[in-house]
Amino acid sequence: MLARSIVSRRSIATSARLLNGTTHFGSKTVPTEQKEKLVGNVFSSVASKYDVMNDVMSLGIHRLWKDHFINKLDPGKRANSRDPMQFIDVAGGSGDIAFGILDYAKAKHGDTVSTMDVVDINADMLKEGERRALEQGRYHRDPRVRFMVQNGETLDEIESNSKDVYTVSFGIRNFTNIQAGLNTAYRVLKPGGLFYCLEFSKIENPLLDCVYQQWAKVLPVMGSIVANDYDSYQYLVESIERFPDQESFKSMISKAGFQSAGYESLTGGICAIHWGVKV
Amino acid sequence: MFPITRATRKGAFALSPPQNRTLLLEALAGAVLGDLVFGRQAQLADKMHRGELHNRHDDYEELQKERTERRLRTLRDTRPSPPNYPGHIPLHTSEKLLMFLVSGVRAFFHPENGINIVQLGEASAFPVFLESLKNTMLSDTTGRRILRDKPDVKEDILKMETLEKLPKNTFGYVFYQWCRRQKVTPDTRAQVQYVDDPVHAFVFKRFRQCHDFYHALNNAPIVIEGEITIKALEAANMGVPMAALGALLAPLRLKPVQRKRLYEIYLPWAVRSGLSCKPLINVYWEEQLMRDVGELRAELGIYPPPDLRAMREARKAEIKELTAKYNILATKGVLR
Repeated sequence: MLARSIVSRRSIATSARLLNGTTHFGSKTVPTEQKEKLVGNVFSSVASKYDVMNDVMSLGIHRLWKDHFINKLDPGKRANSRDPMQFIDVAGGSGDIAFGILDYAKAKHGDTVSTMDVVDINADMLKEGERRALEQGRYHRDPRVRFMVQNGETLDEIESNSKDVYTVSFGIRNFTNIQAGLNTAYRVLKPGGLFYCLEFSKIENPLLDCVYQQWAKVLPVMGSIVANDYDSYQYLVESIERFPDQESFKSMISKAGFQSAGYESLTGGICAIHWGVKV
Repeated sequence: MFPITRATRKGAFALSPPQNRTLLLEALAGAVLGDLVFGRQAQLADKMHRGELHNRHDDYEELQKERTERRLRTLRDTRPSPPNYPGHIPLHTSEKLLMFLVSGVRAFFHPENGINIVQLGEASAFPVFLESLKNTMLSDTTGRRILRDKPDVKEDILKMETLEKLPKNTFGYVFYQWCRRQKVTPDTRAQVQYVDDPVHAFVFKRFRQCHDFYHALNNAPIVIEGEITIKALEAANMGVPMAALGALLAPLRLKPVQRKRLYEIYLPWAVRSGLSCKPLINVYWEEQLMRDVGELRAELGIYPPPDLRAMREARKAEIKELTAKYNILATKGVLR
């Protein structure tokens, strides 16, 4: 009986600790909120290298492109509108476009009810996005924002005709079957929904193209010397080269069923914003 | 020639109004004509004429595919030669030099980052040195066996769990305890990427993977002093350039107490042992796991130095005692 009372006292003590919000991280006991941070730290390096690669590839200009992308979209539920907007950001695990859209909607239109699905095929990228949300103290554990691991070519868990805006930024060139990705985007959008894509494209200025070719030849070696990662940068420059040019991608968008497909080249064609409307 | 007036001192924009106007008109005319010849409308008209815009000619798709293939080929043909083994990245001489310089500077300031050491090692592994190391292996029976078998040092191949159950005097047990105490595993050794010859690449990989065995045999911890000691041992025994560089330059960044310990005890031990013991690259470590560690040490001719961990802990205890003593005295008002 004595042994039993000792055991029960210990279990009460344990449950009291958990009620106070402590948990285990390896061999240490830490408060629950802190554990999430520590877990996030363990998984951060894989996804952050993609940010570095974007920075190196575009010499930091990708931030300007993304700002223009969001400003041009002008997202947000208008004050005189009744229903919140449903956004989906595909292959944007690190969350920069997703959070940027929500911030813009709140700042410009006072929209705090629109929902955002952040979707990525790679769980590490999503972890990076959630970790950033946690660090910045916003959109983490927010019922408006969902982080899901999904394949952009099928989007199994996203219902058809459920999204107002489908954005994809520097992700669609990595799809194995780009047309399937576009068809899925068509399925997932509501009638009247917008497909909105930012991606590297064909450089129209021949001088700039020449300079870019030399840069692309040097980049994998620089990546291997500085980041010890030859293969990622080699894959990056090859995937950019394989991606169809502005007009071809526009016709692929039309082929998926979108109307009013169009594009805007940025910085001489280094990247381009493509759009299409589901009717 | 030029009268030094206020106009010329201000520079080109201080032209007289008629000259200003002419310059402006010329620039405008140049821009308009340039746009007519090279501008967007002209480009689109040319494309239409060539049949590349709306009513595309039959060969358009083929030509585009060919263009893409050509550009992809130029992107892939940047290497001086095709890879000689899986994971090989051939580098031009200028690129090797750049890697040597960059990784050298980075390794000096951040030796704890494994990537820097790995890159410096491969950048400084000159073919001359690797060839001589290969010949060392070829001139010994065990070395030749290692070159033939090409063993890989990994947790599962070594069967680390079984090592725990061995008698306490075996090398396998000592190695297991050392790995667990230092919280490392032999799986973390990076693969060789920049060495050109495949046999040299294997020799360098073997050298890299045996590093932990040297640590365990000599009971050296993975703190910077322990690493410098083992590097000096490798340099003296095998002539590895990177190890020599590390052993010479790395102590410059240490605290004076650490430097003193290194120069007085550990570096002399390393050089003496390295020069007198058998070539460590020829030891088939996987077969030595069952042997008594004292016997192994006697056979190789290498005996551990004074325990570095114990020395560091003794010093830490001293400092703690001093701090406690002066804190107590301060609170007692003695030092006021």
